[in-house]
Amino acid sequence: MFGKPSHTGRTLQYVALTGYLIFLGFPLVWLLSTAFKPPRELVRLHPSLIPSNPTVQNFVQAFTEQQLGRAALNSLQVSLASAVLTVLVALPASYALARFRTRLGTVALGWVLLSQLFPFVLLIIPIFLILRQVGLANTHAGLVLIYVVWALPFALWMLQGFVRNIPRELEEAASVDGASRLQVLRRVVFPLLAPGIVATALFSFISAWNEFFFALVLVKTPELATLPVALARFVGIEGTARLGPLAAGSLLATLPSLIFFAVMQRRLSSGSLAGAVKG
Amino acid sequence: MTTVAERPDVARADGPRRARSQSDRLGIYLLLLPSLLPIVVLSVFPLVRGIYLGFTDARAGRNVEISFTGLENYRELLGDELFWNSFKIGLLWAVGVTVLQFVLALGLALLLNQQLRFRGLARVLSVVPWAMPPVVVGILWKLVYHPDAGLLNEFFYRVGADGLRTNWLGDFSTALPAVIIVGVWAGMPQTTVVLLAGLQGVPRELHEAAAVDGASTWHRFRNVTLPAIAPVVVAITSLDFIWNFNSFGLVYVLTAGGPGGKTMLPMLFAYEEAFRYGNYGYAAALGNVMVVIIVALLAVYLRRRLREAN
Repeated sequence: MFGKPSHTGRTLQYVALTGYLIFLGFPLVWLLSTAFKPPRELVRLHPSLIPSNPTVQNFVQAFTEQQLGRAALNSLQVSLASAVLTVLVALPASYALARFRTRLGTVALGWVLLSQLFPFVLLIIPIFLILRQVGLANTHAGLVLIYVVWALPFALWMLQGFVRNIPRELEEAASVDGASRLQVLRRVVFPLLAPGIVATALFSFISAWNEFFFALVLVKTPELATLPVALARFVGIEGTARLGPLAAGSLLATLPSLIFFAVMQRRLSSGSLAGAVKG
Repeated sequence: MTTVAERPDVARADGPRRARSQSDRLGIYLLLLPSLLPIVVLSVFPLVRGIYLGFTDARAGRNVEISFTGLENYRELLGDELFWNSFKIGLLWAVGVTVLQFVLALGLALLLNQQLRFRGLARVLSVVPWAMPPVVVGILWKLVYHPDAGLLNEFFYRVGADGLRTNWLGDFSTALPAVIIVGVWAGMPQTTVVLLAGLQGVPRELHEAAAVDGASTWHRFRNVTLPAIAPVVVAITSLDFIWNFNSFGLVYVLTAGGPGGKTMLPMLFAYEEAFRYGNYGYAAALGNVMVVIIVALLAVYLRRRLREAN
């Protein structure tokens, strides 16, 4: 970008990059290390970076002691339901938003930016009251409902962008060839939209999986708690020996998001859209 | 769906609006309805109601009708030392995190935009914190800052700087800087990725032309790169600021606002008021004040930035 830098310039760049790698990476290494340390090494005065007797005991303990297994299952259910529902609801609307300009559509897209402004605490009290009125307070269904609505503005924004990227000519060509509107959608639009649908589903899955505030306030029964809430409760328990299971639980909580991020990157760069345009 | 415009000229987004028939319009609204209805019921309506609650004496578990109290909550807020404390902490936190995050992310993005070794590793690493739930980021840094078994204290011990060992999250003077660093660590990846995308959109020819003209690296950065990515910079820093000002989970796990309110962000304060003491109206009023503050600050910032960019 800056042409050929001098030798010292290069060296400085590598020093800076190393600094970043340490800042970004070391906390993660510490988490990994803590998760695999047996209790005796955790309470030792000067802990080592690499556990001398690595163990998976912490993972077992995390699941048996604090119902983290139950919580992980809750999180999985809630996040999957949120992802599927968000896509189903957003799909028709984003098609309409991309293909027809309406005042309503403009307002809906403007809401995306606006909705970022509001502190959750302003929304949570009325939402709490509404959910209680319709009997959905303290249920997973209520939580899913909130997550879908919360993911929707961005999902609409993202999906309509994907629809816009599908050349209108492809749809027109298909309908000239005698395909009905539904056939055009099924044969042309949906296959090309697959990466967008995957991306949208991933986005809503991750935002539900990671969400803490609504889950903390709306769900009171411990058996219904999602993983972030269960982990946060676990933090409150004092004692150095607890750090192992806590680290193990944290690693497991990160796993789905990491996998999904990896999948998403591949799907998005698969270039199926570029190929379709050229063909 | 078959009711929606069959004619290509009608279907064009930039096509003439008058050409659309009544049934077309109905079809479009039917497509939009499943999305817009839930948004209105569970986001627009609660928002309006939340704003209204800020002007009432609503409390948890009280059967009396809530009554409109006008500016009473705001008068109380102005005299509430805890509110002013949280407001001050919130600003320090939001500005601190946003600025540090931006500077570091820009540096990293510039590095990642070059042909360097370990670039792939850095790209992967810079995405990991993004994928982590905020609660997990909090837990991870609790392990790093832990007074006895923490990475940071152990590092100082190993390098012979034992005097620097401290209870980072429990000490009055270090708690806020410590949580700000966590905020930067957690938010930097997203900012880096956005800035990197912006950098990759800068035409290479501009740089080469400037280099031929003998412009120094700094001059090329100042006069070519920065103006080109200005819109991205404005967008990401304003969004970062809003997100940071409204953040909750990370600091809730790290310190829960302690020690002695030193990390009591506005959202944590509002959460305590609403769900610990049941002061719904008061907490909603605080939310209203936060929205007004954010809008005001953004308006000032955006006006200045946009004028600079032009």
